[in-house]
Amino acid sequence: MDNPGTATPPSPATDRDLPQLGLAALLVVVGAYTFYDATTLRVGFGDPVGPRLFPYVIGTVTVVLGLLLAVATLRGSVPEAEGGEDVDLRHPADWLTVLKLAGVLLFTVLTISFLGWAVSGALLFVGCAWSLGSRTLVRDVLVGAVMAVASWYFFHEGLGVILPAGILDGVL
Amino acid sequence: MDNLGLLMGGFGAVLTPENLMYCAIGVLLGTFVGVLPGIGPAMAVALLLPVTYGLDPVAAFIMFAGIYYGGMYGGSTTAILLNTPGESASVMTALEGNLMARAGKAAQALATAAIGSFIAGTIGTLLVVFFAPALASVAVEIGAPSYFALMVLAMVSVTSVLGGSPLRGFIALFIGLTIGLVGLDLNTGQPRLSFDQPLLADRIDVVVVAVGIFALGEALWVAAHLRRSPAHVIPVGRPWMSRADFRRSWGPWLRGTAYGFPFGAVPAGGAEIPTFLSYITEKRIAARHGKDEFGRGAIEGVAGPEAANNASAAGTFVPLLALGLPVTATSAVMLAAFQGYGIEPGPSLMTDQPDLVWALLASLLIGNALLLVLNLPLAPVWAKLLRIPRPQLYAGILFFAALGSYATNLQPFDLFLLLLLGLLGLMMRRFALPVLPLILGVILGPLMELKLREAMAISGGEVDALWSEPLAVVIYAVVAVAIIAPLVLRTIRPAPAAVAVDEGLAGDTTREEETVR
Repeated sequence: MDNPGTATPPSPATDRDLPQLGLAALLVVVGAYTFYDATTLRVGFGDPVGPRLFPYVIGTVTVVLGLLLAVATLRGSVPEAEGGEDVDLRHPADWLTVLKLAGVLLFTVLTISFLGWAVSGALLFVGCAWSLGSRTLVRDVLVGAVMAVASWYFFHEGLGVILPAGILDGVL
Repeated sequence: MDNLGLLMGGFGAVLTPENLMYCAIGVLLGTFVGVLPGIGPAMAVALLLPVTYGLDPVAAFIMFAGIYYGGMYGGSTTAILLNTPGESASVMTALEGNLMARAGKAAQALATAAIGSFIAGTIGTLLVVFFAPALASVAVEIGAPSYFALMVLAMVSVTSVLGGSPLRGFIALFIGLTIGLVGLDLNTGQPRLSFDQPLLADRIDVVVVAVGIFALGEALWVAAHLRRSPAHVIPVGRPWMSRADFRRSWGPWLRGTAYGFPFGAVPAGGAEIPTFLSYITEKRIAARHGKDEFGRGAIEGVAGPEAANNASAAGTFVPLLALGLPVTATSAVMLAAFQGYGIEPGPSLMTDQPDLVWALLASLLIGNALLLVLNLPLAPVWAKLLRIPRPQLYAGILFFAALGSYATNLQPFDLFLLLLLGLLGLMMRRFALPVLPLILGVILGPLMELKLREAMAISGGEVDALWSEPLAVVIYAVVAVAIIAPLVLRTIRPAPAAVAVDEGLAGDTTREEETVR
């Protein structure tokens, strides 16, 4: 994070990080909604603070922080993006991969109750590996299936947590 | 000596063959996950937490202790072999450790890290045995106002002292506080920020938050910037040390422990400062003796910071157990874990559930010892993990993140929350918002509100009740210093990055850049 070597040196073209204004706007919206949500609460008896004070304070400060961030952005405050072992900040971000991964996860959310963990988990692994650029499909399917079935049994036998079996009900 | 007797009782409860097996599994799982690139101890603990939920409390503790130490050690293995610290506490270890590894002394670096962690962890845990009960007996007397002040202190110090940019730190903190608001209000039972969703009114599980922000956020961030060429991994044999290595290591181990524990034990700590202090101390001592190998792979530079790191981690158990205050990401996740086991850390914990506390402390000592026994021989195996192809590695991390958050409540909705929080984590990395203040906000926010309302209900709404206790006034004075001091230091001294350059850090990072290409 504070690694001076791995951060991209700010070039004159990226003096301002304008997408930060989006974050600032998000903070203002979230803060304002938090404040509004608090106004809908009823105040109880014998409770001098009440359920409203905390959301009022948090919402207000969040709005103020959003405005401060907007000002800081316009005055040239650039975030020092986080480096890491597998992170290469010299190329532009590959948001398509992120979108694919989010799609795979969303698919899991929607189908897990029907398919069950053993199938869903395997698909999750294969889908993520594929999105991240793996092209060894057969191996990924095998690895994913083994991991999903093994974790199902590990939770079932070892920990007493029954993950849904889904369409494999009766087979597992 | 009373405490030692109680600790022995803890050992008696914990030391069964079955529990030892759980502990060994915990150490192996913890190291396995911790060694994976991009995963620090906090993330390893969060990911593996659900594994322990099905067990009874004592077995869960001992497995958890194994996971905890395994995750810590896994992190330093990655730091030494890849020069890529999983979290800021192992930055200092990575410096000399990776230089040693490149000079063909990876085995000695891993050995001194393992033994140093063991010694520091053991001394640190024994100090907890003596300090935590004493602090707890004092803490029972602390009223709600001082408690409230302590939480303000923990938040402010973590947010403004540690990170690079206070504005970004506070943004993260308040996002966390907002997430902490979601759910039923404690007194009136009305849902807040729940969008009429009964599952949200139930509050967001801290484990889902931690896994989403740490693991999923990190995986998505890496996915957006995946390095096309594989990182360079240094092969390693079985760790060992010569007699001369021992002679050079024991001083740094003990000094590092002495630095680490106090910083962990005060509720403003963290491991960044003591590891840094240990590093520069060892460098100066080596220079004074005319044997300065720093910059070329000095074993002292691994032994000292690694011991400081572990002693500080042990020290964080003092505020965690005695006050219920987490000050590092790992201890924040741990607090969530304890709550999952039905334990409410705080002043009354020591008197209400002493058996569990002593069992936990005994578990920590056992986990630490097992780690040494298992991981010295297994180090070459762990090093191979670093060669897993990246698509499969991160697919695996996503797989376990999903499994962990789903297994807690078996609700697909939790997976959806995980995705949203993962995207939030991604956004935080994109905009350089620190993660720790957010987690702290989620955990401490509701507690803080509880204490404030307690204090106000007792005083009948008089606001000056908040500074009616002398302790509270002292703490607010410290808070003021914590806010003002960094501002003053920044104006009279160059930025921390410039200090790091003086210590020779910058040269190393540029070299890393080259090998990475």
